[in-house]
Order: sequence, then C-alpha cells, then structure tokens
Amino acid sequence: MSKKLAVPLLVLALFVIIVGGSWLRIFNEYWQVVFFYIGINIIMAVSLNLINGYMGEFSCGHAAFMAVGAYVSGILTVWWFAEDKVFGPPVLPASLGILLVPVAILIGGLAASFVGLLIAIPSFRTRGDYLAIITLAVNYIVKSAIENMEIIGGPRGFLGMQRVMNAITAVLDIPWLLIWTFIGGIGTIILIQRFVSSTFGKGVMAIREDEVAAGLMGVNTRWVKLIAFMVSCGLAGVAGGLFAHGPGGYINPGMFTILKSTEAMVMVYLGGMGSISGNVLSAVFFTLLLEMLRPLGVYKWVVIPLLLVLMMLFRPSGLMGSRELGDVFPQLRAWFGKEEEYAPASN
Amino acid sequence: MPMLELQDVHAYYGNIHALKGISLTVEEGEIVTLIGANGAGKTTTLRTISGLLKPRQGKVYLEGEDLDQYKAHEIVYKGVAMVPEGRGIFAKLTVAENLDMGAYSRRDKKGIAEDLERVFELFPRLKERRNQVAGTLSGGEQQMLATARALMARPRLLLMDEPSMGLAPVLVEDVFDRIMEINHEGTTILLVEQNAHMALQVAHRGYVLQTGEIVLGDTADGLRQNPMVQKAYLGME
Ligand SMILES: Nc1ncnc2c1ncn2[C@@H]1O[C@H](COP(=O)(O)OP(=O)(O)OP(=O)(O)O)[C@@H](O)[C@H]1O
Ligand SMILES: [Mg+2]
Repeated sequence: MSKKLAVPLLVLALFVIIVGGSWLRIFNEYWQVVFFYIGINIIMAVSLNLINGYMGEFSCGHAAFMAVGAYVSGILTVWWFAEDKVFGPPVLPASLGILLVPVAILIGGLAASFVGLLIAIPSFRTRGDYLAIITLAVNYIVKSAIENMEIIGGPRGFLGMQRVMNAITAVLDIPWLLIWTFIGGIGTIILIQRFVSSTFGKGVMAIREDEVAAGLMGVNTRWVKLIAFMVSCGLAGVAGGLFAHGPGGYINPGMFTILKSTEAMVMVYLGGMGSISGNVLSAVFFTLLLEMLRPLGVYKWVVIPLLLVLMMLFRPSGLMGSRELGDVFPQLRAWFGKEEEYAPASN
Repeated sequence: MPMLELQDVHAYYGNIHALKGISLTVEEGEIVTLIGANGAGKTTTLRTISGLLKPRQGKVYLEGEDLDQYKAHEIVYKGVAMVPEGRGIFAKLTVAENLDMGAYSRRDKKGIAEDLERVFELFPRLKERRNQVAGTLSGGEQQMLATARALMARPRLLLMDEPSMGLAPVLVEDVFDRIMEINHEGTTILLVEQNAHMALQVAHRGYVLQTGEIVLGDTADGLRQNPMVQKAYLGME
C-alpha cells in the first residue's frame, strides 16, 4: 500500500467506525456525544492555533465567534425547518434540511468571520496586546448583547434545533450531526494545513518572527493578519453552528463565556503552538479529560489550571511543540510533515 | 537616469529631526557607501528608501519613479531589497524557510530555484545548514543568511545595513568579498558601514553623513585621501 494513501484510508476507517458504529448503536448516546465534542474541540483548537500559534498574536475570545455562528445558524434552521413561536411554521420541507442545515452552519461561519473582520481592523493597526484586550472585551460584549435580545430568548437561551434535527432524521435516520462534525473537523485540519504551508501561510509565520522583516520580504502584513484572523473566526463560527445543533438543540449565552474561550486556549497550549497534529491530539485528550472530571463539577476548574501549570513547567512548548506527527513518525511525513525544501538536485 | 535618487529628504521620529535634507544618487551597477558615526542617520536613510519610514519632505526616486506612493511591502516588488540592521532573520524558521521567505515576492519557481543555487554557491555554509533553525546559527552565519535572503528577491538595488557588524576580522573580509561578487553579478548596492576602511575599499563612491546631513560626497579614492575622513573615520592622524 502506498504511503500517500495511508492517511486518507485511516480517515475513512475512522469515519466508518464512528459514524457506522453510532448508526448501529454500537456506541451508545453518551459516546456519540463525546465524539461530537471531540470534533467541535478539534475545530476550535486548530482554528485558534492559526492566530495564537502560527501568527503569534493573542486572541482570547474565541467563544464569541462560536456564539455568533451558533445563534446565526440556529436561527436560520429553526426559521426554515421548525415550528416556532417567533418564526411560525417551517417554511421549507425537512428533506431539504439535509442539505441546508450544513449551509446554515456555513453561513454562521461567514457571520462569525465578518465579526472577526470588524474586530481585526482596529486591532491590527498597531502591534501589541490590542488583540488580546479587544477579543476579551468582545467576548463579554457578544454575551451581553445576546442576553439583551429577548426575541432570541435573551439569557434563557434559544431552542428549537432539536426539532430541526428530529425533522431531518424523520426523513432519513442516520447520524447526520456526527457526519457533519466529522467533515467539519477534517475540513478544518485540511484547510489550516493548506493555509500554513502556502506562501501566504509562510507570511503568517514570518510576521510572528519579525513583522518589519516580513514587510521587507514583500508580505502585506495587515492584509495577511486580517485574512488569517477571518479564517480562524469563521471556523469557530462553524464549530458554534455544529454545537447549536447538538444534543438537546439548545444554546444560551452562558455557554459562550470566557471559560469556553479559555478551554480553546488550553487546548492550543497543551497541544503545542504551531502544531496541527498536536492540537488534534490535545483536543481529543482534553475532551476526554473534561468528561472524566465531570463528577467534580466546578472543581474541574481547579484541576485544569493546575494541569496547565504543570505542563508549562515540564513541557513549556506543549505536547508537540511546533513539530508535527510527521517529524516524529517519518512514515507520515507526506501528510503531516513540514513541506520538503526545494534543495538543488545536485547533491 | 540614476538607479536611486534622494532629493532633499527630511525624516522625523516624532519631533526628532533625523534626516535634515539628504540628497544622494546611486547609479546602476555601483556600490555606494554611506559612512558616519553612531546616530548619524544611516539606518534612517535606508528606512526611507525601503518605505519603512516616509520622508516628511523631499523625494525618493527609483529609476525616476517617485516611491512616495508605495508601502514597504510594495517597494520590494519594485526591485529593492534590504538587509536590515541587526539582520532581522526569522529565528524559529529554518535556513531554507528563511530563504523561501526572501522569495515571497516572486512567482517564477524556476528562477527561484536558480537563485537558491546561486546563494548556496555564494554561501556554501548555508547549504550545509539549510535545515537548521536560523536562530541557532552563529552571528556570522546569520549575517550570511540575511544577505542571502535579500538576494532571493532578485533585487536590482540591494540596501545593506552594517553587514560586518559583530563579525570577526576574517569574516569581515569574507563578507566584503561577497559584496563585490554580488555587485559583479549585476546588483547595485547601497552599503551602510561603520567600518569605513573596508567600505571604501569595495565601494565606487561614498557619502559621509553627520547628524542627519551629508557633509561630503566623493569617489571612494577621493574620500580615502580626504584628511577629514582619514581623521574621523579611518583612524589616521
Ligand atoms: N525609532 C526611533 N525613535 C526615535 N528616534 C530614533 C528612532 N530610530 C532612530 N532614532 C534617532 O535618529 C537618529 C538617527 O538614527 P539611525 O538609526 O539612523 O543612526 P545610524 O546612523 O544608523 O546609527 P548606528 O551606526 O548606531 O546604527 C539617532 O539620533 C537616533 O537616536
Ligand atoms: Mg544604524
């Protein structure tokens, strides 16, 4: 078997196991929810890594963009496919939902990316800690803005996505959400991997190392930062859209607080800044850990920071540092490694 | 038409009047050096050419075109590359990735590969170390990398800010040999140096900068024989 095929086959096998196993109820509902959260957390971590890892900026309000995606897509699908007291009866047949719910989730991503643009314009005017402060503020602003919008439930939250999902599964009973989440997670990994290994992505890393020198190489630093930030926020919006259609089909502003943003940051620093495979591993590990610590309730927020501190002490650059799986296991290099250099053929 | 022309350039850092009416020209194919004491405004002059600092008054022309309208990242596309003071290499990227960044403004894959070979010929040490993280290179190697990276843009005009800074005397000679070689291959060079002795050996012409003003401009030989230059910059009595 060729090496090039190994990873796609592995992904396919994972897909079959997770989706097939869930469909056949080999995995009970609890495990399906865990898979779902792993997918969402992979999207959150890998997308935040673009800003905090590759670009070396510090965004600490990733949950705000998740909230935008969650509400925008939730409102759209409820309006389209569910009986609702604000939006009235469904306006589209449920069979279309199989196609249009993912579209709504993508629209949620675009909305989040647009909010990202509004924030990026003032934040990237000057270098420094502006982005950290502004994203922190935005996290609070988005939360209180939603709390004050009575029409979408205010602090009580917004529900109805369960009815959407029920309507869709009534058409065809397969684990739609897991399928979309799987595609979202893999899509995010591929997108970010492509992005950072492109010329444009090299520009992102050059900015992290020395912004002035990057400009001297011809990198339009403001533009590159803007695009990278919008991509990252858009993906957080997609994660939010998936999240909104998850178990219970219910969202409220309290789900998208600074604590949620912190979770994303923990995953990035745990996995290693600038390592996609490290972030995927840490998302899996972190989700499972949260599940195991669930009985502790709020006290898990004693254990997790402690873990972070230990991590910083013993492995300051995270699980993987900036290495990829391909650097550790050369067999995988074709997929996860750094791009091969164009060394002259003469040697 | 000169390759580069500065006409009465004034530049400021806030209220600090760093350049007080600089005028100079660099002809195609020349090495022109800018010498002067610490704080004279040499780096500032290069910064106004590369677009990092906009003159408040006066003009910078590249082959007759006013550069005022262009930002730093656009000026690279005009054929100007800079080896910044303190080198400005990308410390966590490898040597190869740094060189890759040097060619950021280009799309001609074949030309880039050719130039990579060429800089590896110029600096064989970089070839040996192409997968090494740039931050772990020695000072001299980092200087080579900064120069090689600028060459990867295939510039017509190369601005070099103190390429000999912090290098051992043997390496300094080597660096200046490389500068001449680069020039022979057709790149015009504006060279800023503290080491006036070496700079005047490789340059065709030079200017002396004092507190933001050009006080002298002559051929390299002329400057070497000038008593003021001998006293202040060549350490002769
Ligand atoms: N960012 C800045 N802000 C304020 N003043 C500055 C700044 N950069 C340079 N200056 C001032 O401008 C003047 C010229 O500085 P410049 O860096 O051009 O000198 P230089 O000739 O390159 O000196 P050196 O040989 O030490 O590198 C100095 O007086 C310096 O203090
Ligand atoms: Mg200087």
